[in-house]
Amino acid sequence: MDRDTLHRFLYDMLLARAFEERAAQEYSNGNIAGFLHLYPGEEAVAVGVIHAAEPSDYLITTYREHVHALVRGIPARQVMAELFGRRDGICKGMGGSMHLFDKQCRFMGGYAIVGETFPVATGIGYSIALRDLPEAVICFFGDGAVNQGTFHEALNMASLWNLPVLFVCENNHYQIGTEIHRHSAVVDVYKRACAYNIPAEKLDGMDVINVYEATRHALAKIRAGNGPQLLEFETYRFRGHSMADAGNYRPRSEVSSQASRDPVETVIHEAGIGYPSQAEIAAAGPDLVDQLVCHVSATGHFNEQHIENVRREIDDVVEDAVQFALSSPSPTLQDARDSLYCNRRHETLLEASHHD
Amino acid sequence: MTENLMLWQALNRALDIEMASDESVFTLGEDVGLYGGSYRVTEGLYAKYGEWRVRDTPISEGGFTGLGVGAALTGMRPVVEIMTINFALLALDAIINMAAKIPFMSGGQFPMPLVIRMPGGVARQLAAQHSQRLEHTLMNVPGLRIVVPATPQDAWWQLRQAIASDDPVIVLEHELLYFEKGKLDPVTPPPPMHQAIVRREGTDLTLVSYSRMANLAVEAAQQLAEQNIQAEVIDLRSLSPIDWETCARSLHKTHRLVVVEEDCRFAGAGAEIAAGLTERCFFDLDAVPVRVAGLDMPTPFNAELEAASIPRVEDIVSAAVQLTGTASRSG
Ligand SMILES: Cc1ncc(C[n+]2csc(CCOP(=O)(O)OP(=O)(O)O)c2C)c(N)n1
Repeated sequence: MDRDTLHRFLYDMLLARAFEERAAQEYSNGNIAGFLHLYPGEEAVAVGVIHAAEPSDYLITTYREHVHALVRGIPARQVMAELFGRRDGICKGMGGSMHLFDKQCRFMGGYAIVGETFPVATGIGYSIALRDLPEAVICFFGDGAVNQGTFHEALNMASLWNLPVLFVCENNHYQIGTEIHRHSAVVDVYKRACAYNIPAEKLDGMDVINVYEATRHALAKIRAGNGPQLLEFETYRFRGHSMADAGNYRPRSEVSSQASRDPVETVIHEAGIGYPSQAEIAAAGPDLVDQLVCHVSATGHFNEQHIENVRREIDDVVEDAVQFALSSPSPTLQDARDSLYCNRRHETLLEASHHD
Repeated sequence: MTENLMLWQALNRALDIEMASDESVFTLGEDVGLYGGSYRVTEGLYAKYGEWRVRDTPISEGGFTGLGVGAALTGMRPVVEIMTINFALLALDAIINMAAKIPFMSGGQFPMPLVIRMPGGVARQLAAQHSQRLEHTLMNVPGLRIVVPATPQDAWWQLRQAIASDDPVIVLEHELLYFEKGKLDPVTPPPPMHQAIVRREGTDLTLVSYSRMANLAVEAAQQLAEQNIQAEVIDLRSLSPIDWETCARSLHKTHRLVVVEEDCRFAGAGAEIAAGLTERCFFDLDAVPVRVAGLDMPTPFNAELEAASIPRVEDIVSAAVQLTGTASRSG
């Protein structure tokens, strides 16, 4: 792994963590309202996958998407302002936390209805294939989403027409409070892909380098004309499902063992169920941000001072984002109308003359 | 040069012209390709444009309508055919939560040049699950446009305009109109796709309708004329937006309103039309607006009951006679 790439991973993971923790704080401060689904614990997936993609590839994701947006290159300022519902947000305050879009970055949106992203990704893939372009679309989804009909409909079509779609499952084992073995008859998500003849594998999603390599490999297969691929990354979210969720359904020790590698026997006893298993937790390892930090300093890529500098730089970026968001005005009703009527092309609508 | 042809042929030509002139236009849906479309609308296009532009899909309404959304996001101009509106219920998430909202939620970054065509209405003894209209459901969704062509001329122009539009447009076709003939004049410039037209001039009352019912209203008006009642017939052509101006102008002249719709009366399109025109034209009206609508029940299978469950020409005539009678008594 070259130094530049590692540096980008490190920067983005630290930024992701700092941004999300600050968002939580701003939620408590009352600056962010509504549903806020945070990403701590899962950073390696977004960072590894998105860095493996080309700028010409499309991304589409869920309501837990701030980090995907940041890693993709949408400035923290505009993401934060959108969470605040302000006019300078990336969607002018019309989308909010769960609906970040950026046309320029080919960031095709966060979608709040579980399962919606599959058909849209398939459509983007169709559009690429029809025009025979060397692009791909990456579709992020949670383990809970695979029970939705759209998953099956979309995988069937993507495979049938050999579309350039990379399906990326962020398996954090929970669909809000329902653990995977209580929501899915097949706990290995990747196995479902074989029903549609789509090559798939399950990987450790706590190791960013691993995620990156696997994604590059999968994208290379797609670009070589092999059609859709599916990657299942095992990960874990340290926080509740959203800010509205304290996460009481998870044994405390399960969360802490994920974070600090406590003896895992307790988890299994407390949970009284088969998940997470010793092996899985061992594979997941300790807090992934710390893991990466240790890795880069242990391998001599960056010394502690450097890492400290990066942290400080990021603190400034996040602070600046919050100040930017705070100083941005609320959008007006006219802004809302402009967003609604953004489509007009060859025609004027009658109703426009009534309301203007 | 003006030609006489069937409504499906007009749609077929419209699609053909748009596909020929713009490579980003493609169509997809169940059996639109090799088979040529359940109502022949895509006939011949598969041979001409190939399977990537005329795509047969699996039975996955939610999936392939969402696929259309994704393709539209990347600048394509997909025309999704949903075999009949009854199956559109499975695609409502893609239509309502995605197509209609993405342009807005993205702060205006993404246009949505998506057309969704679907036949609907009460046809012949298809029973409750295959016979209904859902315009009220779609009319309630900001961001969607809905056109309801009743003639080959309108079908041809409105589909072309829908494809050219950057808004998501629903084209609601009627199963009983596909094989009806009408004139197609390709030269005269069209009205905007959302503009209503006066199909027949009159002075005594206004019949506001759309789709197949507009044709029945014209027939009813002819019968009314024999009784010396001159009905003006307005074909709305578009249900979202609604061209209130054309309707208001007519009411200013006739002072009486009958709304004719095929769908259930309760909370239907007619309710919006009647309320909207009452708000706008209250002081022009000599009588309470009348709604002639389908019965509030699923469509019965039995042929006679089926016919009785939706407005017939005689229902429109008798409502009009009653309304003009009431008005003259009170006036
Ligand atoms: C169609 C639909 N049903 C239910 C919900 C409510 N809901 C929001 S998130 C969620 C859990 C999704 O879990 P998963 O896909 O595993 O993603 P994760 O939140 O774990 O990242 C549910 C049930 C929804 N948003 N959409």
